[in-house]
Amino acid sequence: MCIMRQGHKEELMEFSEHIKTANVEDVVLHQPLHPPSRGTLCITGHHLLFSDREENSTRQILLLLRNIDAIEKSVENLLGYSSLFSKADYSKRISGSSGTITVKCKDLRVLQLDIPGMEQCLNIAHSIETLSCLNDVSEMYPFFYRPSDLSSQDQWGLSSSEKYYSEHKELHKRWRLSSVNRDYSVCPSYPPAVIVPKDIDDDTLKKVAKFRQSGRFPVLCYYHRKNGMVIMRGGQPLTGANRKRCREDELLLQAVIDSSDKGYIIDTRSSQQVQQARMTGGGFESKSSYSCWKRLHRQMEKGKALQESLIKLVEACGDESQNMDRWLSKLENSKWLSHVQTALSTAGLLAECVERDGHSVLVHGSEGTDCTLLVSTLAQLIMDPCCRTLEGFLALLEREWVQAGHPFQLRCAHSAYSHVRLQQESPVFLLLLDCVWQLWRQFPLALGFSEALLLRLATEAYFSNYGTFLCNNDQERCALGVKEKTYCLFHSLLKPTEKEHYTNPLYEPTDLAIWPSVHPQSLQLWRGFFLRWTPQTRHLEEAQEEIRNMVIEWGKVALS
Amino acid sequence: MEFIRLPKVENVKLLDRVSPRRSRVGTLYLTATHTIFVENEAGVRNETWVLHSLVCSLEKQAATSSGYPLLIHCKNFQVLHFAIPREQECQDVHLSLQRLSQPESYEELYCFSYKPNVDDEERQNEWDFMNLKADYSRMGLPNAHWKLSPANRNYKVSDTYPADLFVPESATPPVIVGSSKFRSRGRFPTLSYYSKENHAAICRSSQPLSGFSARCLEDEQMLEAILRSNPCSDFMYVVDTRPKLNAIANRAAGKGYENEDNYSNIKFQFIGIENIHVMRNSQQKMLEVCELRSPSMSDFLEGLESSGWLKHIKAVLDAGIFITKAVAEEGVSVLVHCSDGWDRTAQVCSVACVLLDPYYRTLQGLMVLIEKDWISFGHKFSHRCNHLVGDPKEVSPVIDQFLECVWQLMEQFPCAFEFNERFLITIHSHIYSCQYGNFIDLNLLPSTHSLWSYLWTNRTDYINPLYRPDHSQTQGLLRPSTAPYCFKFWRGLYNRFDQGIHPRQSVEDYLRTIQEETQQLEEQLASHKQSPTASGLILLPQDLNQTSIFSLSNSSDPESGIADLSCRSPLSEDSTRDPDSDEAVYSAA
Repeated sequence: MCIMRQGHKEELMEFSEHIKTANVEDVVLHQPLHPPSRGTLCITGHHLLFSDREENSTRQILLLLRNIDAIEKSVENLLGYSSLFSKADYSKRISGSSGTITVKCKDLRVLQLDIPGMEQCLNIAHSIETLSCLNDVSEMYPFFYRPSDLSSQDQWGLSSSEKYYSEHKELHKRWRLSSVNRDYSVCPSYPPAVIVPKDIDDDTLKKVAKFRQSGRFPVLCYYHRKNGMVIMRGGQPLTGANRKRCREDELLLQAVIDSSDKGYIIDTRSSQQVQQARMTGGGFESKSSYSCWKRLHRQMEKGKALQESLIKLVEACGDESQNMDRWLSKLENSKWLSHVQTALSTAGLLAECVERDGHSVLVHGSEGTDCTLLVSTLAQLIMDPCCRTLEGFLALLEREWVQAGHPFQLRCAHSAYSHVRLQQESPVFLLLLDCVWQLWRQFPLALGFSEALLLRLATEAYFSNYGTFLCNNDQERCALGVKEKTYCLFHSLLKPTEKEHYTNPLYEPTDLAIWPSVHPQSLQLWRGFFLRWTPQTRHLEEAQEEIRNMVIEWGKVALS
Repeated sequence: MEFIRLPKVENVKLLDRVSPRRSRVGTLYLTATHTIFVENEAGVRNETWVLHSLVCSLEKQAATSSGYPLLIHCKNFQVLHFAIPREQECQDVHLSLQRLSQPESYEELYCFSYKPNVDDEERQNEWDFMNLKADYSRMGLPNAHWKLSPANRNYKVSDTYPADLFVPESATPPVIVGSSKFRSRGRFPTLSYYSKENHAAICRSSQPLSGFSARCLEDEQMLEAILRSNPCSDFMYVVDTRPKLNAIANRAAGKGYENEDNYSNIKFQFIGIENIHVMRNSQQKMLEVCELRSPSMSDFLEGLESSGWLKHIKAVLDAGIFITKAVAEEGVSVLVHCSDGWDRTAQVCSVACVLLDPYYRTLQGLMVLIEKDWISFGHKFSHRCNHLVGDPKEVSPVIDQFLECVWQLMEQFPCAFEFNERFLITIHSHIYSCQYGNFIDLNLLPSTHSLWSYLWTNRTDYINPLYRPDHSQTQGLLRPSTAPYCFKFWRGLYNRFDQGIHPRQSVEDYLRTIQEETQQLEEQLASHKQSPTASGLILLPQDLNQTSIFSLSNSSDPESGIADLSCRSPLSEDSTRDPDSDEAVYSAA
């Protein structure tokens, strides 16, 4: 058990109350793309470990318990069937019973474990059920993970508002870095530093924060170098049923644009939805109060509807029937590709406002922690070549998702297989990655990273050795000491040994905007993710390897 | 020429279906062979050429503010939407094209007026390029089990069969003739593919004239002979590719299927591929979905489902897999038929060949396969592709389905095929264009040109850069999955002319460029090792015009190439031009 390092003794002590059976011999593992194998199953506080018993092979499979989304168990008493087994078999199973645990993972893998002994089987199942959904973040594996090739002294993270501000000198004339949120008291889900108009002081910001949902006052998230226009994002204004106004909020938005100019507000809800939102204290920027801003509504699905869409799609992909009509109707019915289409077209609209029409844009929905981030991230990828490199993309994700307060802990608690009653789960981040994949398919030379990166991120957000996606916001991460006690995923992805795998060998930087097509014919199911564990995916991976080899070969010859 | 009522119309609008803003104004010319639209814009000579023989339907619509609309649907799935200023002009163009696009005799076909600068000897060589005998000897024929039969030398036994046919060694002329009398159109069982590794064969025929109880001793002997020609197996499959109900219905007309009791050691199997009428309607429905102006995702998926098209593609591929497994895994010979044995039978036999034999996945191999299983065995291209004015009920996209099956396989196995998508699309276009004589069922070939030779000469355009003869995907049998999610909508063919829909950059073109460059550099290195080579290499500039798919019947608009490489050069000014199409889409959504 070479994986166990220091720290694990302590870990084992802590979780031992949940582990009644730690080892079982003679377990048969069924997993996709491999023949069944017999070996030893071992459960620890954070892992399932299966060691193959075949001679000459020391194959081990290590599964993070956090990866397990759901299990199904069936036990049966075999005594009644004992005559069916040969003598040898019978004596092996003299305990008289066995059980099967089907393990459904968040990376969409489905494994099956045949475990001799009903009691052992039930114990293992119980341990998995308990340990796979521990709620205490500080007990999660990233706090125990100690990789040998990363030093905890390394700087944590790649980017921040401060860094973005210092890298964009053009900003300094009209924008400033505010630390009004240094103790997270103005907006708990924002980072300590944010970029705001120079003319707006911290007191004004505090008042604006009271007028925006969750204190999410509009902040700058993107500066378009070509024309000086910006993307702002925030929460909805709390106008309520009485059409309340906030002079400071109006001032802030006015400061974003010159007095002669106008701006766009992209609201990720429909116009009916925003009217309804007023009844519960939310609302929108009315024409009369914000005369220089033009509102555009694009209804985007989020929350439960999106989670159900994912569940339906995964269910459709697992349908074994050979019926084409049924597949197409299930695919349609899941609506997942419709969500992809809406997200990309809303992002296209945003980019169009900034790049083509030359206007600044404020994006928000209700809270501004989900679809808002989705749209602003995609628009930046469309317009800004700096976001399209491997490092640039990871930095973008760090600013726009991790630091901007996308509640990963709530959204990614469970995935498509879970039987647990849905709470705040929603695959917004997965939808982002799918949209980026669509961009990558349409512009295979324009993005510096590979599909492998998107696949890795799609799983890391749900279960990870690293602390990057832990917690819901910066404040929570700070309180738990995530940056001191865990390792940073982004740094690990950029290690020289890993980096090659995650770069796109065909990458040719371009300064042009990459406008995606959103025609239904142009959008495809992300097979690499949703059908990852089918043999067909292997052929496509081979083609990717072939492409990489060709580029390497070309590079070699060109250099010689 | 006498059919042209109006050779030239000015101020015609060519409307863009996807984004109205990209519509262009220009002059429309009608020539003996093409409709040509020349854009008026100063400085650019932008032309769109459409071959009359590719026109499949014309539709006049109610007048709008921009003029009298004339919609031209083409067999290569191009849709041109013109707006003509005056009603009379529109009427004249419509009538002229109606006549020009429906030749009444073979002499009017484009292949007889297509005269590239090639002398007679060279043209003869073009036709000698294709040699089916070479393919049969590649299979190891003739041998101890199979012989070349002279029975059909004068096309007397079956006028829709080739002259040279392989039959079992023990099949005597009386057996062949007797069997042929018991089969529709005299299409007796004969060899399509032989596997030299295990002696199993794919044979093909038409349906037997069995009615409710008729028997034919020679036909039974023929099947017996096929069975005996495979020494390793004690039974054979007889596959009827029709749905069982259709086959039973045929019995009432004195046709039908083999009774297992009358033929010794056969296993009879229905496969259930629908007939030409179902397929025609299905494709029509799918094309309607492709032409929706701005469909939502649900509109598109629901339309695709209700067209049933992918279900039919899956059925053809499943049938091919059944035969492949019988031949390669069980070592059992198979006789395939449908009704006449020239539609579904051709599809299924050729799909099986692609799955079985890596040779048919090469450029040359696919051409040979189409020549063998389609042209030589009498697929009725003229009827199915509507080359001449005829019965619209005879038209059916049977060959489209075969080409699509190959494309679906290429999507599953990107390294296994020597040719690329462009190759399939070019073949598809020319099957319908009548530019070459290959698909004209007539013995007037010598005065026309051969597509195969054209494709071979230009083969560098059609090579898949990922193809590796030694790759594991390339070896032996292909084992595709036919799970429904493995089938995709073939955007490259059915929406080929809708520019905004395709990927804006092409991996294939990029790989081809670096492949060529690698080769050039290697040659340079080999030839003079001392001379220093530049180390900082820039990719060769790409000529956008080169990517246009084929020379004459395609639009010469450089934007219509498969790949838009504008994003490769940051200095290109194309940045604002290309994406125009999407603007409307984002706002309309």
